[in-house]
Amino acid sequence: MTSPAQIWSYLSQEPLLWLTMTLIAYAIGDWCFRISDRQSWVNPVLIAMILLGLLLEVTGTDYATYFEGAQFVHFMLGPATVCLGLPLYENLDRVRKAAAPLAAALVAGSVTAIVSVLMIAKFFDLGPVMMASLAPKSTTAPVAIGISESLGGEPTITAALVILTGIFGAIIVTPLLNLLGVRDWRARGFSVGVAAHGIGTARAFQVNETAGAFASMGMGMNAVLTAIIAPLILSLFS
Amino acid sequence: MIPALALILCFQLFGEMVSRGLGLPLPGPVIGLVVLIVAGMLRPGIIDFLRPAARGLLSHLSLFFVPAGVGIVAHLRLFSHNALGITAALTLSTILAIAVGAVTFSVVANLLGNKADD
Repeated sequence: MTSPAQIWSYLSQEPLLWLTMTLIAYAIGDWCFRISDRQSWVNPVLIAMILLGLLLEVTGTDYATYFEGAQFVHFMLGPATVCLGLPLYENLDRVRKAAAPLAAALVAGSVTAIVSVLMIAKFFDLGPVMMASLAPKSTTAPVAIGISESLGGEPTITAALVILTGIFGAIIVTPLLNLLGVRDWRARGFSVGVAAHGIGTARAFQVNETAGAFASMGMGMNAVLTAIIAPLILSLFS
Repeated sequence: MIPALALILCFQLFGEMVSRGLGLPLPGPVIGLVVLIVAGMLRPGIIDFLRPAARGLLSHLSLFFVPAGVGIVAHLRLFSHNALGITAALTLSTILAIAVGAVTFSVVANLLGNKADD
């Protein structure tokens, strides 16, 4: 008979265990979100991250081993990003009609995101590597990592900052825009797509289909704009 | 389901080839997104073919961020060292960016009489 320790030493090195745990942790997070009556502060990604972080800590598993299993889920980010073209396509007429406010909100939101994060980082004296890693924090993870590397940032820190930004944006967007009295779903979705990329976009889809389509648009457009302007803005701070 | 998924991966693959081949700052999936829209404009039937698989993936979009998110655990020490500065930078900047973006959109839309249609 195989001892539990032997089974564990086998399972803990196989992708199956951490793939399963990732799906279970997310299912728990999603269940919490549903029973909370879909409150924005009950974020399924955040809950799953905390559960998995604790589990890795308790079992003494390092992140590389975890990622062996979780990479199958991580891989799906790519095809899912391609699929964001679908709601965009279905709302193409409305996007065209809103071209002027879209362009204005893109430039205003994108510049605000970069300039404000760098001003605060400078104030707290976070250093050049952290500033380069923070500059693209509002863009979707693969773009942000590319931008950060070209600016002298650290890719893994950038990925973490991008995800934290997305979760915070997804949590704050509903109460913030209710407070400001912005009722236009296009404005609500687009601004969270620009400021909080895919996680903000996922939140927008939970609330309203139009908001989701405009959020995908904001995410995609800001990825392009940030790649162009982040190096210019960062050079003003060094 | 599987043919639709294969086509979605083809869009991404094409996007990766364009991105790397031309040295563009845009990642492959974002170019794949644009290719999907262009393909839909040329042949609307493609969209109906992709819709069920694409909707399925999109309904679990936030799940796909979990593995990268867990990576934060690996940086907890660095983050706790600069906790106040990083927290202030991320939260204030995100609040400002959402507020400025949403208000700019609304103001410009109102000025131009560009009403929401729902």
